[in-house]
Amino acid sequence: MLVSYRWLQKYVDLKETTPAQLAEALTRGGIEVDVIENRDGGVEKVIVGEVVGMEPHPDADKLRVCSVDVGTDELLQIVCGAANVAPGQKVPVAIHGAKLPGGIKIKKSKLRGVPSQGMICSAKELGLPEKLLPKEQQEGILVLPDEAGIGTDVKEILGLNDHVLELDLTPNRSDCLSMTGVAYEVAALLDREVSLPQSKEAATKGEKPLELVLDAEDDCPFYAAQVVEGLQVAPSPQWMQNILLASGIRPINNIVDITNYVMLEMGQPLHAFDYDQVTDGEIVVRRAHPGEQVVTLDGVTRACDAETLLITDGTQPIGIAGVMGGANSEVKETTTTLLLESAYFAPPSIRKAARKLGLRSEASSRFEKGVDPERIIPALNRAVELLGEYALGKPASNVKTQSLGGSNEVTVTLRHERLIGVLGVQIPEEAVQDIFRRLRFPMEKGDGVYHVQVPSRRPDISIEVDLIEEVARLYGYHRIPTTLPWGQQSPGVLTEEQRIRRIIRRTLQEVGLFEVLNYSLTSPARLSEVEFPLATGYRPIRLTMPMSDERKVLRTCLIPQLIETAEYNVHRREAGAQLFELGKIYLSDEKKLTQLPEERWELAGLITGETLAKHWDQEAQSPDFFSVKGILEHLFLRLGVKDVSMRSARYKGWHPGRTAEILLDGTPIGLLGQLHPQVEEAHDLGETYAFQVAVAPIITKVEGVIPTARPLPRYPAVTRDLALVVDQEVPVAQLEATIREIGADLVESVTLFDMFTGAQIGEGKKNIAYALNYRAEERTLTDDEVNLRHDEIVAQLSTRFDAKLRQ
Amino acid sequence: MRERLEALRKEAEVAIQAADDLEQLRDLRVQYLGKKGELTAVLRGMKDVSAEDRPVIGGLANEIRSQIENLLAEKETAEREAALEKRLAAEAIDVTLAARPQPLGGMHPITAVVEQIEDIFTGMGFVVAEGPEVETDRYNFEALNLPQDHPARDMQDSFYITPEILLRTHTSPVQVRTMEEKEGQVPVKIICPGKVYRRDDDDATHSHQFYQVEGLVVDRGIAMSELHGILAAFAEKMFGMALETRLRPSYFPFTEPSVEMDISCIKCSGKGCRMCKQTGWIEILGAGMVHPRVLEGAGYDSERYTGFAFGMGPDRIALLKYGIDDIRHLYTNDLKFLRQFQSV
Repeated sequence: MLVSYRWLQKYVDLKETTPAQLAEALTRGGIEVDVIENRDGGVEKVIVGEVVGMEPHPDADKLRVCSVDVGTDELLQIVCGAANVAPGQKVPVAIHGAKLPGGIKIKKSKLRGVPSQGMICSAKELGLPEKLLPKEQQEGILVLPDEAGIGTDVKEILGLNDHVLELDLTPNRSDCLSMTGVAYEVAALLDREVSLPQSKEAATKGEKPLELVLDAEDDCPFYAAQVVEGLQVAPSPQWMQNILLASGIRPINNIVDITNYVMLEMGQPLHAFDYDQVTDGEIVVRRAHPGEQVVTLDGVTRACDAETLLITDGTQPIGIAGVMGGANSEVKETTTTLLLESAYFAPPSIRKAARKLGLRSEASSRFEKGVDPERIIPALNRAVELLGEYALGKPASNVKTQSLGGSNEVTVTLRHERLIGVLGVQIPEEAVQDIFRRLRFPMEKGDGVYHVQVPSRRPDISIEVDLIEEVARLYGYHRIPTTLPWGQQSPGVLTEEQRIRRIIRRTLQEVGLFEVLNYSLTSPARLSEVEFPLATGYRPIRLTMPMSDERKVLRTCLIPQLIETAEYNVHRREAGAQLFELGKIYLSDEKKLTQLPEERWELAGLITGETLAKHWDQEAQSPDFFSVKGILEHLFLRLGVKDVSMRSARYKGWHPGRTAEILLDGTPIGLLGQLHPQVEEAHDLGETYAFQVAVAPIITKVEGVIPTARPLPRYPAVTRDLALVVDQEVPVAQLEATIREIGADLVESVTLFDMFTGAQIGEGKKNIAYALNYRAEERTLTDDEVNLRHDEIVAQLSTRFDAKLRQ
Repeated sequence: MRERLEALRKEAEVAIQAADDLEQLRDLRVQYLGKKGELTAVLRGMKDVSAEDRPVIGGLANEIRSQIENLLAEKETAEREAALEKRLAAEAIDVTLAARPQPLGGMHPITAVVEQIEDIFTGMGFVVAEGPEVETDRYNFEALNLPQDHPARDMQDSFYITPEILLRTHTSPVQVRTMEEKEGQVPVKIICPGKVYRRDDDDATHSHQFYQVEGLVVDRGIAMSELHGILAAFAEKMFGMALETRLRPSYFPFTEPSVEMDISCIKCSGKGCRMCKQTGWIEILGAGMVHPRVLEGAGYDSERYTGFAFGMGPDRIALLKYGIDDIRHLYTNDLKFLRQFQSV
């Protein structure tokens, strides 16, 4: 809502209040003022002149040499290039020394050899908003009304000595969508007087037929109309045009301008139909028939549905209620008789229609929030009065109204004690009473209570807390002290999951990974690039109305976006990327959601390129499978999660020989591996490793685990090496499992310290060397004991894996 | 005999002085003092010495032995020290050479801010609660006093999946879920951090996905002054400085009265600068007293209990706190950006 300071002054006393102070008061009171615009844009020394003579320029076809009377002793000679300049016009003249918006200075000069003592200005040159100017003012010089006094500052004529406040209204304060509403608000905030225009219903002699039929129940409970005849369509007075321009509305002609003016003044949108196009003067308000079409003012054919509210003349639609009039009943240059509508349309109906048709207008935005029922008829009277004054209109019918049900008066009771309790500040009763006086809410004081009659202009107030808010904002929030809650206190804690997620983040950060945050919304194509077995079988959940193809579905895997992030960084000259994300994936097996999907916390990482740059005494380092596996094991160690194992796996998008499923207690919880070289290549990445694991099973493992201290070893350990030759296909994890199984209580640790293949070992074989640490808790082991167990291990390895001991 | 011993003393003295490494000293020790050494050889000739001379010669021999030993020990110590000096000199390095880097990644600045917020509020007795990002219309809107036709729904156009299910537009649904779970028990004292989604075009100040931390306190006799107290304490800890706070009236459907809280500009301390658009104030959060309809809907008697709720954007706080000029930086994950926050 744009509020002209000068206009507002007519309705509320603003003495000694500057626009900036007004803005501050409004903002403090809950209506944020976004911008204060000074309308004059720096215009100086531009005055009204009359073109008294005009001759062609001797050396330029398109220029004229004008004699202009600006009220000084001598006429000014001004060269002008505008096609529309003509003798007898009143025009804005920038005289020598004048300033125009944008810091332009006007001096005497010569144009093609002819001296020019100033400039005749266009509307644009004076800084008027180009978009809102009427067509005839968009080209050429601005022609001012004949009444403009010669020599007058043009800022006076055009209302440029003004400031416009742009209000950022919250949805509950639709009452401030009118100057009247703003005046009440300002009056309450500053404790000032209001003076609002009062128009009476005009007496009428003519009796043009006018019938109203309301056939849409709650969608239109109240409708008023009046016929006005004898109209003469012309431009509206300059002052009205100035106000409309300041309010961001394009002046059109006196009739349209008057309806807009009244809407701005009183908040009630009006619509003028050409009466001669309304069959028999009958208005029927009804919902549209399915498939019914209306051609609106802008010439567009609109398809309606059964919820669209139409204004019809009983035979055909003549407008979409509250949104836009029909082309067939539009006011034209030739229109002489109007049917003027002032009505209440139910907000939901208008909101739906406006949204559905993609039409948001000044009118619809007011109906959407609910207009003040008490102002429907006054607004009609006011418009008829102005039509009489500025368009020669005479009422040709009485005000007809049709209403379904009546409006209820709202009285709300406020308890003083409750007020104090909610705000936490002692406000005296007199102060509360004074606030209601300033708000102009009639109030009856009871014992510790206030019975407040809420005016219809404030539909946002219906219960006690609404009144508490009114008191609070007028009393001033700055007067509310800061206290801390007392009473029962609870210990503040993170949940176990949150605590563990923090450890995960810290640990990965410490080993060199950067946390990234990617969007939950992504594209199906991106998701399908890399298979993630734990999400297989789920189809990504789709948005009904995505904003783009890139953000269409909820992710079912974190890795694809990590790939994208790595690619982004590598393209920006990063030598590598070490990334992780701890976030959710969204899974549902329903085709159309009827239940909320499963949201799974997942941890994913990606490492590519250099992990350490070449250093003066160290070569550059890059990841391989085992370094990334090391990161995960490091994490599991930090979390105290045991029983994690891996087994080789093959999935789409992953390197078939370098990918493992991660198992926790034998159940798959994720994947680790090198990306398939084709995927790497598609994203300009070198050797790239990625992993993703489910967080929930890890948390279950960690939860409640408190380490128990064991006594330090008191007896010495014995070390034995074990060198074996086995088939290359045998996974070492199985050998180790056997060593641990047989070694049982005596084998303290098993360390693989060497592994190689080669001709000396034999085709298809590998040599594996372990260091086994033997120790017993309660005694010193003898050589015999160790040998016995060691031999048993060798025997089992031989039986199970055909492992040969290498001497 | 005496002459031989004296000659030996001189010879040894010269030889020891001349030795220039530990090995030579070892050889000299053997040469003079060893079993087959020269002094031993001289002493072997003692049997030929007369009985009265014997104690004198013996004494002299012992004196010379200990003298040689001392000389050897001194010289050895000196040599050892010299050798150490030499080694240490050779081991000298340029300590200004670059270190071998240890790996260090970083936390995302939003996570850092969320954790800071969590820590401040848990310190004040709040519990951290979480809930689903894909929500029902009921929890996201209806239960928060935003019925189907409420005009405020326009303020946050949403991503719908079905007419009843959408991506949550705020973390307030968690408040309702928590109240329902507590079945009318008090105190409720939670904060709810998490991702939220709105149909906004991504630009320097908007993101279709961002973070929110909302908070809720419900108990007997909770007043607006406590809302102000808690949030002022939060702001000071969050920005690590003494600052002014002010409440301004605002509107949220789920609170009444509703306010926004400004802090004095953290850059210019309220004098007015570009960051605060010359106002001296920066808005950091919205809050208010929980609307009675929200309390009642979640099973709390709004006559017996009151409460306050608040909501803030960690993204915005990160922008303010770390001087980031474009919210898109937070979701681009440029390593050159992320590396700047390794110490947060």
